[in-house]
Amino acid sequence: MHAADLAQEARVSAAWKVLHTVLDPEVPAVSVCDLGIVRDVVAGEAGLEIVLTPTYSGCPATEVIESDVLAAIDAAGLGPARVSLRRAPAWTTDWISAEGRRKLAQYGIAPPGMVDKDAAVPIRFFGRSMNIATPACPRCGSAQTERLSAFGATACKALYRCLACREPFEHFKPI
Amino acid sequence: MPAESIQLALTPATQYLLRIGDSCLILAQRVSEWCGHAPILEEDIAMSNIALDLIGQARAVLTLAGQVEGGGHDEDQLAFLRNERDYFNVTLAELPRGDFAFSVLRNTMIATWLKLLWERVSVESSHEELRAIAAKAVKEVRYHQQHSADWVVRLGDGTDESRTRMERAIKQLWRYAPELFDTDAADEAAADAGWGPRWSALQDDWYAQMREVLAEARLAEPAPSQFLSEGKRGRHSEHMGFILADMQYLQRAFPAGAW
Repeated sequence: MHAADLAQEARVSAAWKVLHTVLDPEVPAVSVCDLGIVRDVVAGEAGLEIVLTPTYSGCPATEVIESDVLAAIDAAGLGPARVSLRRAPAWTTDWISAEGRRKLAQYGIAPPGMVDKDAAVPIRFFGRSMNIATPACPRCGSAQTERLSAFGATACKALYRCLACREPFEHFKPI
Repeated sequence: MPAESIQLALTPATQYLLRIGDSCLILAQRVSEWCGHAPILEEDIAMSNIALDLIGQARAVLTLAGQVEGGGHDEDQLAFLRNERDYFNVTLAELPRGDFAFSVLRNTMIATWLKLLWERVSVESSHEELRAIAAKAVKEVRYHQQHSADWVVRLGDGTDESRTRMERAIKQLWRYAPELFDTDAADEAAADAGWGPRWSALQDDWYAQMREVLAEARLAEPAPSQFLSEGKRGRHSEHMGFILADMQYLQRAFPAGAW
């Protein structure tokens, strides 16, 4: 391998290391890598290209993430860099790493289960008596939880409550 | 100087995209009117989140429409600088928000339609970018559908008051459904060019899913309406001008204002 290629390879792996320290602005417990938003890092003639896949169509954090990523790469002296968005395949919570799931739970957010592809039925009740699996409480671990609100403080979350320890908690919706 | 309106070089492809993007945009505007006014806090958050998803979908589709149109127009110019007749959203999206029953029924009707449309586009479209937008959007609108349909059932099969309101909403909204499946030359040409399905192809599935919701709510399915609204052809209800005045005032008064 040429020396130039080795330098590029080192630059890409250094960039990945830096990206693992860039936290999601709305869930500052996990990095953009943990969330699976960073899809690729490519070294080219004009510098690094960081390929990101947005989470929700209207997620207001997308632009903040872009600028945070570039600032971190710059600060590490790995620039010039640019961000490109890759829409396909669409982001899914299945891409959140095991480490990311652990950090979410530790932060008090119940991590998403695997996406249920058959869940796209027109009606899906979340009544108290309905037997729909709910996420375990991230604080006490109880499986006795109920959904309080289908939507939460950010596009990616819903609000739940633990019936055992009575604490409310957020759940990262599987999509 | 107030900002001048942009003129579009309209092709079937551009119109196909604008019909979708404008429907998302205008419905988002209506849904966001609930911010601070919904009957309970959870629904305030739900409505705002649904509006946000729709704005995101509108941004992606309008950006693509601008590129396809080729006149150098970006998403903001398309959203804020067109005249009423150059918007192609379905009329259903622009009707005033009404009461909560009206809004959740409308959201169910449009989410069901968008879900069927995005599902088909995500696999059938020969245009890569549109397929990608659709694959993302379908995950969002099916959640909207479930949430809104849940409310149609709760209100329809609820108290006398909630049932009366839901029955009234059905009476007011059902007549705007045929426009969602109406096919014209632009729709045919765009479908033939591989952009996505003819809208008429969504009709049977839409009525089947809506029937499921109405049955669960113990509500009667109205007879199909003979009325055909024409927002998708640029001929809007009297409400459209007012919503555009709200949306466009700032960009018209302070051209190119950004934040």
